[in-house]
Amino acid sequence: MRRVAVIGTGHTKFMFNSTKTSMEMLAEASMDAILSSKIKPRDVQAVYIGNVLGDFSEGQGMVQSFLADDIGCLNVPATRFEGACASATMAIRDAFMWVASGFYDIVLAGGTERATAMGTALATRTFAMFGDSRYEFPAGFTFPGVFAMLTHLYSHKYGVPLKKLKEQMAMVSIQSHQYGMKNPKAQFQKEITMEQVLNSFMVTSPLQLQDCCPFSDGAAAIILASEDVAKKLTDKPVYIAGVGQSSSGKISSQYKYLPRLRAREIAVKQAYDMAGVGPGDIDVCELHDCFSIASIIAAEGLGFAEFGKGGDLWEKGETKIGGKIPINISGGLKSKGHPIGATGASQVAEIVAQLRGDLVSQGRQVDGAKIGLVDTLGGDGIILSLILKVD
Amino acid sequence: MEYKLDFKTYSDTLRKNKLMGLQCKECKSITCPPKMTCQECGGYDLDVVQLKGTGKIVTFTHTFVAPLGRESEAPYIVVLVELDEGPWIAGNLIDVAPDKVNMELIGKKVRLGHKVFPGDMYSAGPAARPLFSFS
Repeated sequence: MRRVAVIGTGHTKFMFNSTKTSMEMLAEASMDAILSSKIKPRDVQAVYIGNVLGDFSEGQGMVQSFLADDIGCLNVPATRFEGACASATMAIRDAFMWVASGFYDIVLAGGTERATAMGTALATRTFAMFGDSRYEFPAGFTFPGVFAMLTHLYSHKYGVPLKKLKEQMAMVSIQSHQYGMKNPKAQFQKEITMEQVLNSFMVTSPLQLQDCCPFSDGAAAIILASEDVAKKLTDKPVYIAGVGQSSSGKISSQYKYLPRLRAREIAVKQAYDMAGVGPGDIDVCELHDCFSIASIIAAEGLGFAEFGKGGDLWEKGETKIGGKIPINISGGLKSKGHPIGATGASQVAEIVAQLRGDLVSQGRQVDGAKIGLVDTLGGDGIILSLILKVD
Repeated sequence: MEYKLDFKTYSDTLRKNKLMGLQCKECKSITCPPKMTCQECGGYDLDVVQLKGTGKIVTFTHTFVAPLGRESEAPYIVVLVELDEGPWIAGNLIDVAPDKVNMELIGKKVRLGHKVFPGDMYSAGPAARPLFSFS
């Protein structure tokens, strides 16, 4: 396999109520990725796109084909990936493999979503489609409901009193907003307090509004190139050093592992092994904080904390810049926003910026970061890990 | 290869308050809800068996924000129940006061009934789901 680098990125602002379509947002992010890579649209040999609910939010299927045409990547193969919130990370992993194999030299990967066009009720309905439609949804499962049940299970299994766990979860949300304030692309640019988190309305117990990421509109895209091409175009190539992907069935079928998510542990081991690194080598991490408890569960599954102790990382400030493992310095899904089809590409764009040292002016640069980890979770069962590094 | 126990058969049986599962002929484990293969060993030589429909609550949530079309059901309680035969299944919990929906629910013994979700425009028809109450 050849080495593959990210050579450019594009990222729209994440927001509520975008006036632009999913395709337009993706076209803007894609052109920024193409132009920052010093290539032209006609240099792109294939397009890999995450988009989840365009069919429901805009009546738009196969956005990838219209995107390719719109931005002048005429007649190239264009493929859509659907793995709920992990869709764009799936697209990037596949794009990586096609370039690593030698089949293509330059490809575009990204994702887009316009979830807020659905409104909360339809969005809640469609997000529930990422659980089992026959054996779970009839009981009124919602996506926050799944993580709400994992919260109670976590508290019970590890003996962490729910009150303490809820405070640690609040610290996750508070930190995300502190960094989101500094990210001009973030949906929310305001601090929140412990009191606000713990007094926000109950969505599905014990998850309150401020434990949950928002519905969001936005797009992100990256250009991947083979090492030889990358070195001609940029003096700051960021290499994809390891990739992992795993799947699981409906949540009840994962009963022997919960609240651990086995798919994450398998995916990240693949990525660590491929990159020849371990959790202690990661300088900065973007993980899938769809809900505050999800961050704690993810930090443990990725190897940053013992099982049952993940919340201590946030409580002790180890997840901030200067801590043991800086996590979600973008603001994470909670503050930056979570346009589900775009999230994985947004996470990768953030890690690329960190490894290039581009975030000094925003006041959120992890000094000297060389190795970064992306973790993305889709629905009940698809989890990806990507490890990026600079030489 | 046909399913030994497909969703329609499972759902139709649940409408009679009978919970059906699968027993693996190789490892003897019980799989419920049903799948094509044993959820423990992946074996596909399975027998359909009737389960007792009793178990204990392992986790729960009290849902206040419901999906489109189900707003009138909220608030409702979703539970995962560990069946006496081992597997976990999802359902709703009834007959509990709202102020009793707390961590004390975990470990409580429950018995299975059912309720039919009539389906919505995305559901391709109705589906019976377990409705648990304290035993």
